[in-house]
Amino acid sequence: MSRIVVITSGKGGVGKTTTAASLAAGLARAGFKVAVVDFDVGLRNLDLVMGCERRVVFDFVNVINGDARLNQALIKDKRLGNLAILPASQTRDKEALTEAGVEQVIGELREQFDYIVCDSPAGIERGSHLAAYHADDAVVVTNPEVSSVRDSDRVLGLLASRTRRAERGDAPVQEHLLLTRYDPQRVKKGDMLSVEDVQDILAVSLLGVIPESEVVLNASNAGVPVILEESTDAGQAYDDAVARYLGEQRPHRFLQTERKGLLGRMFGG
Amino acid sequence: MGIVDFFRARRSHRRDSASVAKERLQIIVSHERAEQGGPDYLPMLRQELLEVVRRYVTVDPDAVRVDVERDDSHEVLELNITLPEQQDRA
Repeated sequence: MSRIVVITSGKGGVGKTTTAASLAAGLARAGFKVAVVDFDVGLRNLDLVMGCERRVVFDFVNVINGDARLNQALIKDKRLGNLAILPASQTRDKEALTEAGVEQVIGELREQFDYIVCDSPAGIERGSHLAAYHADDAVVVTNPEVSSVRDSDRVLGLLASRTRRAERGDAPVQEHLLLTRYDPQRVKKGDMLSVEDVQDILAVSLLGVIPESEVVLNASNAGVPVILEESTDAGQAYDDAVARYLGEQRPHRFLQTERKGLLGRMFGG
Repeated sequence: MGIVDFFRARRSHRRDSASVAKERLQIIVSHERAEQGGPDYLPMLRQELLEVVRRYVTVDPDAVRVDVERDDSHEVLELNITLPEQQDRA
């Protein structure tokens, strides 16, 4: 039985696509068959972050309209054989994703994949509704910053009321909080909301904390999911988050400022 | 001011912006949850209550206020009906 997980946030620019790419790659690396689907019609970007932008031939809307078969539109990842990407359409027609069309494609994906990761667009409009509608699990990506936290709370409300599970009265969508762009130094100074602050407000179980890191930008520049940069802090933090998603207990790392020795302080190491 | 106080004051001053953010968020989020959580029927309930009240008393359209307050363990539906000082019987 496959599981559908939506990556959502309300606010834009908090790291949804980065997270979708890394969660999908992490699950695939753990041996599962994974499809990651870009729901951001008109603003396709998952392909760039995954590094397969030049291999896009058909897209999500082509499949819905019957212009292509699902397997023609799915792009196999070059690094991980059991990972596939379904790119969003670049059409400007906001009605291009239909409820029936999404349901049909999700149904077909279920036949082939263990996990279907849905990368939601920002906002609470049609696209994000459709991305979340079929979800079993949700990863709410949040920055430790007021507008992001407020938007996440809105999105949590919608997950509890507007999804298929809510409408049918099934068990609720499993919600997970992923705090990104976390800067322990600024938290220590009192300039940034802490993990505990955000958890107090949102009251959702914490999947992970991704430290603010130049590695994330470098990885997206190169079209590599940051989780595959195994020696980096952000890569390891994503790896921890995926392990926790799969039920493993791992302590949270990267929450404290690095303790620098005297030499480190003197030489800025 | 002792040196300890000096550092404490400095620290509490610096703590400000994050704790202000937290406080503001807690207030706005609980407000919005109340509106959103007890959601769809509240405007209707208000409208129908207003109609019932108006059968007996002439009141302003905004004389009926319906709020949902939520604690950890329970919800309180608060009704506020402001009657005019001179009650004109309908």
